[in-house]
Amino acid sequence: MRNCELAIIGAGPAGLAAAVAAREAGVKDIVIIERDGEPGGILNQCIHNGFGLHRFGEELSGPEYAGRYIDMLAGGGIELKLGTMALGIENKTVSVVSESNGFEQIAAKAVILAMGCRERSRGPIFVPGDRGSGVFSAGSAQRYLNIEGYLVGKRVVILGSGDIGLIMARRMTLEGAKVLAVAEIMPYTNGLSRNIAQCLNDFDIPLYLSHTVTKVIGKGRVEGIVISQVDGNMKPIPGTEKQFECDTLLLSVGLVPENELTRAAGIDIDRRTNGASVGEDMQTSQEGVFACGNVLHVHDLVDYVSAESERAGRAAAKYILSGGNAGKGDQITLLNGGNVGYTVPQRIDPANVTDSVDVFFRVRKKIAKAEIAVISNGEKIASFKRSFLAPGEMQKITLTKAVLERAGGEITVSAIETEA
Amino acid sequence: MYDTAIIGGGVCGAAIAMYLSKYEVRCALFEKENDIAMGTTKANSGIVHAGYDPEPGTLMSALNVRGCELTEELCTTFGVPYRKCGSMVVAFDQKDVEHISRLYERGIANGVRGMRLIDREELLAAEPNLNPEVRGALYAPSAGVVNPWRFCIAMSEAAAENGVEFYLNSEVTAIEKITGGFRITAGGKEYEAAYIINAAGIYADRIAAMVGENDFKITPSKGQYYLLDKNQAGLVNSVIFQCPTDRGKGVLVSPTADGNIIVGPNAEKDNLPDDTSTTREGLEFVAAEAAKTTSKINYRENIRSFSGLRANSDAKDFIIGESPVCRKFINVAGIKSPGLTSAAAIGEYIIDVLKDCGMFMTEKKGWRVPEPKIRFAELSPEEKADICKRNPKYGNVICRCNTITEGEIIDALNSRIPPRTLDGIKRRAGTGMGRCQGGFCGPKVHSIICEFYGVPAESVLLDREGSYIVCGKVGERE
Repeated sequence: MRNCELAIIGAGPAGLAAAVAAREAGVKDIVIIERDGEPGGILNQCIHNGFGLHRFGEELSGPEYAGRYIDMLAGGGIELKLGTMALGIENKTVSVVSESNGFEQIAAKAVILAMGCRERSRGPIFVPGDRGSGVFSAGSAQRYLNIEGYLVGKRVVILGSGDIGLIMARRMTLEGAKVLAVAEIMPYTNGLSRNIAQCLNDFDIPLYLSHTVTKVIGKGRVEGIVISQVDGNMKPIPGTEKQFECDTLLLSVGLVPENELTRAAGIDIDRRTNGASVGEDMQTSQEGVFACGNVLHVHDLVDYVSAESERAGRAAAKYILSGGNAGKGDQITLLNGGNVGYTVPQRIDPANVTDSVDVFFRVRKKIAKAEIAVISNGEKIASFKRSFLAPGEMQKITLTKAVLERAGGEITVSAIETEA
Repeated sequence: MYDTAIIGGGVCGAAIAMYLSKYEVRCALFEKENDIAMGTTKANSGIVHAGYDPEPGTLMSALNVRGCELTEELCTTFGVPYRKCGSMVVAFDQKDVEHISRLYERGIANGVRGMRLIDREELLAAEPNLNPEVRGALYAPSAGVVNPWRFCIAMSEAAAENGVEFYLNSEVTAIEKITGGFRITAGGKEYEAAYIINAAGIYADRIAAMVGENDFKITPSKGQYYLLDKNQAGLVNSVIFQCPTDRGKGVLVSPTADGNIIVGPNAEKDNLPDDTSTTREGLEFVAAEAAKTTSKINYRENIRSFSGLRANSDAKDFIIGESPVCRKFINVAGIKSPGLTSAAAIGEYIIDVLKDCGMFMTEKKGWRVPEPKIRFAELSPEEKADICKRNPKYGNVICRCNTITEGEIIDALNSRIPPRTLDGIKRRAGTGMGRCQGGFCGPKVHSIICEFYGVPAESVLLDREGSYIVCGKVGERE
């Protein structure tokens, strides 16, 4: 049994930032468990730029952004266990296995969950048709292209306007493939606006909103894809079929936090985020177990992942160094009002807030101008003006200690449409 | 000259090969696909039926009941995922209540043990997620679920271990009668065998026609399914059947032997023999019918929709026996439900058929059960630690959804009937069967295959012929 102060599962952007922040806050013995052969997580295959504008004030590629944090690991106190898979967590003891060290157990005073997310596959979205090869999740195709060095196809249709799909539309075009269409079942895009402009519009790739794939053709390899327009209930409209001759279908239809370890450990999961339910200190329902990054909720920008994970790292440090949680005050539960899909954190202990707490959320639909209203006991305790809200972009409000002191046991966050 | 040639590497062909390997018989098996278990065997409900469905007195009823016992026995011997979870045929109205009592009588006549008609209370206690409108059920404790392709592969590997020769990519295109037997053209090469066993599944009528038999016709019937994530385990604890209605035979909701939940199938008529596509209509029909069993199916947790083809024939019973028009040519055809359950019993029965046809058979001494495969995820912490010390490759987890290691993948590659495709590895080791459906492990398994065989990535297939995965290196332009 290896003992340590803090065990972090995952050396992607979340795990790296949490480790650096925890060490800065005084934790001296940190173990990061990473299943891949290198730290950096998904950033390693994101060779495009656009990372770090908020965090570092410059535009970096994914590997460069990861590199900044990997460099910060130097200086002692952080052990990085690569090629190591976490198999389970019980009482803050993590069971792991690796080719180099076999099966081990790592007992920690606190654990940070930073396992990231995975892509939604063909299963839950019911893409009907043949089941030959040539259907890839966008991230798998990205791995083949940017890590393994192979092109997965030459004529491509993309389902879903998630950011990875948009990035891959550009990437595959640059590598000589022809991207014939991007179909999105919603009447709006799911990716960042800048990616629509830079990855689709700049390359004249047609975007079909309110469209979905209704048939995959090709018993060996994909030979064709049929897309259809959908009605208001997202049902395909007969007669609107368009067929594309192609060899590849990429799916960019959403990300799912990877919480199998979390569930197996008996930690409460929020059905809205598919991640753990956490307090303002990123602590889960299990004492001493924290969560941050895409395993908690799917972020749009890595910069926010870093910020959130630094918060988790500092909170875990406080927990470790003070030998447990400080006496808990009354919790405020955050509820979702109109147009708000979820909030993170899901609860706040005002006694634990020094100056303010950032609350992240996503809206359910596109809103041109909105008022974000924070209501408690029927009283509006805070209000924020925002424009161009879209489900694809994560939103943030900052609640000050003064605001929280005016709140009762529940507060409701709503996005009120002032202009559609 | 081979003593016997088996045509078809599905679960029936595998069972026959396995039983034949217990005798001093030179036996070959021809499979048209690049792997075994590629047809009906890999896409079905995976149910081991108790045996109350077939008409008493039929061959099907005898083979079903015997097969139910043998499947359990063989799965234990070979380490194939199998769970004796029992089955419930659920009644919703008086007509259904009458139907299940008829099934009960039929089961008694067929020799099914342990069946009981249970009331609503007992049913809901065992299956709390069922539609509360249930009236009762026929409970059959001997029913179960099996991983069908693993069952087929395990029997094939046992057959290969004991001398049966497997020819993959060897479609039989012609059969000619010669002195003392047959000349078979398979995969463009010629072979000779004294006896032929036609276990060609949905193509059995085409094979029979090659020796002039046109007495039966296979009419493939497609069934579509949902497969839910393991996190839905517990939705139902046993195989839940509905009673047939005028809309069809009813769909089932069941645990799988691997711990998922399966929902399906519908029944479509007159399918082409190679059409295993899914359709929106078919899947919507399945969901609508399954809603009658339980309203708690969470389709957001669907990890895969698929379809399979039943090898239905125009005969009521299985078509098993020497061809009426060609001596020493033995049909194993029209193996519809409960074909998977019956497969092992069919294998056992074919030995008698061959003896009756005049084949001389002596039992082989020293028949060996193949070494059981390591399943890392199923080991205790101590065993995990130990196996990693013996071979560090068991410490390298490749499939994160099901915790499958490089060691297990290499074991699969070194097995008796080595796979060359990603899905071949999947069927043996279980990689890519989880919730990410190979999104993460696919590229890794791909590169392990390339390294093992020393082949370029472009040549590796996902599954069937033509299913290439990558089309070239980055930077190469035409």
